[in-house]
Amino acid sequence: MFFSMLSEAWHAMSANRLRTFLTMLGMVIGVGAVVLMMAIGEGAQQAIKRSIDSMGSNLFVVLSGSSSTSGSRSGSGNSSALNINDANAIGDLDDIGAIAPISTGNAQIIYSGSNWNTSIVGTTPSYFSIRGWNVDSGNLFTDADIRSASRVALVGKTVVENVFGDDIDPIGKTIRIKKSPFLIVGVLEGKGQSFDGRDQDDTIIVPITTAQRKLFGNQIPGSVRMIMAQAKSEKYMGVAEDAINDLVRQRHNIRENTESDFSVRNLTAMAKTASDTAKTMSMLLGAIASISLLVGGIGIMNIMLVSVTERTREIGIRMAIGAREKDILLQFLLEACVISIVGCVIGVGLGLGGALLVKKMVGAEILISMQSIVLAFSVAASVGVFFGYYPASKAAKLHPIEALRYQ
Amino acid sequence: MTKPVIEIAGLYKDYDTPAGVFPVLKDVNLTIDAGDYVAIMGPSGSGKSTFMNILGCLDRPTKGEYKLDGQSVKSLNGNELAKLRNKTIGFVFQGFNLLSRSSLLDNVSLPLVYASDNKSLRDEKSKKLLEKVGLGQYLNSKPNQISGGQQQRVAIARALVNQPRIILADEPTGNLDSKTSEEIMDLFNALNKEGITIIVVTHENDIADHASRQIRFLDGKIVEDRRNKKIKAEA
Repeated sequence: MFFSMLSEAWHAMSANRLRTFLTMLGMVIGVGAVVLMMAIGEGAQQAIKRSIDSMGSNLFVVLSGSSSTSGSRSGSGNSSALNINDANAIGDLDDIGAIAPISTGNAQIIYSGSNWNTSIVGTTPSYFSIRGWNVDSGNLFTDADIRSASRVALVGKTVVENVFGDDIDPIGKTIRIKKSPFLIVGVLEGKGQSFDGRDQDDTIIVPITTAQRKLFGNQIPGSVRMIMAQAKSEKYMGVAEDAINDLVRQRHNIRENTESDFSVRNLTAMAKTASDTAKTMSMLLGAIASISLLVGGIGIMNIMLVSVTERTREIGIRMAIGAREKDILLQFLLEACVISIVGCVIGVGLGLGGALLVKKMVGAEILISMQSIVLAFSVAASVGVFFGYYPASKAAKLHPIEALRYQ
Repeated sequence: MTKPVIEIAGLYKDYDTPAGVFPVLKDVNLTIDAGDYVAIMGPSGSGKSTFMNILGCLDRPTKGEYKLDGQSVKSLNGNELAKLRNKTIGFVFQGFNLLSRSSLLDNVSLPLVYASDNKSLRDEKSKKLLEKVGLGQYLNSKPNQISGGQQQRVAIARALVNQPRIILADEPTGNLDSKTSEEIMDLFNALNKEGITIIVVTHENDIADHASRQIRFLDGKIVEDRRNKKIKAEA
């Protein structure tokens, strides 16, 4: 019964190929748009999630405040308010799992004939565990290197590419940073872009003591530009932020109602904002695409109504030879569903093709999830049933005699 | 005495028109025995088509009793009426009413689809009937590829496919020339001999002469009901 109806639906559809094709096209475009937009949206979300993961989790950055020299104020991180002792004190807090003091600056580096300007990060070995960063080859520097302020360096992928090229193994080579020679002990694994778009691999990491004494030459010994602190787990984030604030204010003897000479930034919260934005954007894309799905559904309803009117006599004949109301209902409903489901299959194919094309041409990250395909499919099927139901029930409720008389 | 297959008593049918209620059938009483061959005659507007539609369970009477095969039709719901149309009654229309997109085989099979027979059984039964009406070689043709007389044969095969007790034919020869008409009527005669009750609506005396009983409608009433003494022999 069902199969003979299905084959009849197929016959009815192939009787009017162009019309069926155009009706289907509405569905194809709708589903294609949903699949494509969701692939792009979810791809963007995934890219952001990966950058967030690459940053490290549950992170705070404590930045020293701005300094002012005779009325001209510099930006955050330029005063020398924070020092190693602040960092160690933060590390002793109950809610904090690990800390890494950081001094940064940009410098020109030279290796034989080539040179490159990159950011130099001076820090301690705990930095690597906080950021979940490891070496691709070679070794990390150790606490002993910190104590002895040795001239060792870890280089990021981008630096390697630009300074050494593909053929030279940088480990064991000596580069010059601001004219001081540094021995390369390891190459860091690639991290890719940060969520704000910076290339995290364009960096050189050296022991903080070396950076302070030999590269940046701070006026106040032991001062650091920022302190990276990692809460023990996500649930300590709120408490930890307050604890850091209170502790550093106390250490810096800052009175109540006075501005701090430092600031605490919750990187995880910033990252969450970025990921929420991407999520909203992907939902928005999906919503806009669903409108075309809706329009496709209305197209199906329109054509089904025309089809019911055209085939009124046929409906009358069927009723006269024993079709029940539900047989007629099922027949037209099935036709609407076949149109929308076939349209959906083509649409999914087209959407996937489009997504791959976008990936290839724009280089945007895309993510095709089974979930989005299942969603598009079920939406298409229900659109078929929803928009097919009214015309089908109109057909089923026809009076047999009037239907038979219809010319 | 054969059992009556159709019993109608005090049957009325009104149509609601914008101009008011318009009575089409007024107090119709009729009993048709199983195996009878009845011609229903009358001018246009006499109510014979409306009566036919009620007989065929396509329409319901406004008032009165209609028993088909001993069962009162009044209390039946839409699905039960559809079942009667499917199994007990076979329709033959003036305009053939075949589905133009479907093959002859599929056209004849259609009632079996609604009777939920499986595909191979449907094809077997339909093929047998198309052979019976002399169209065994056109199984996969479309209705527009054959003549009007042949189309009406297909319609008759379709009406017969569920082995109905009654064939209702509404002006079955109205669109056919006289020679083809005679061939179609011969087919009906043969079916009647097999025991199927045949009711033919017609306004042609030639056609009505094939029937053993002639009923004439005028203004919604039966005005004449007589046995035909000179039944037309088979050609």
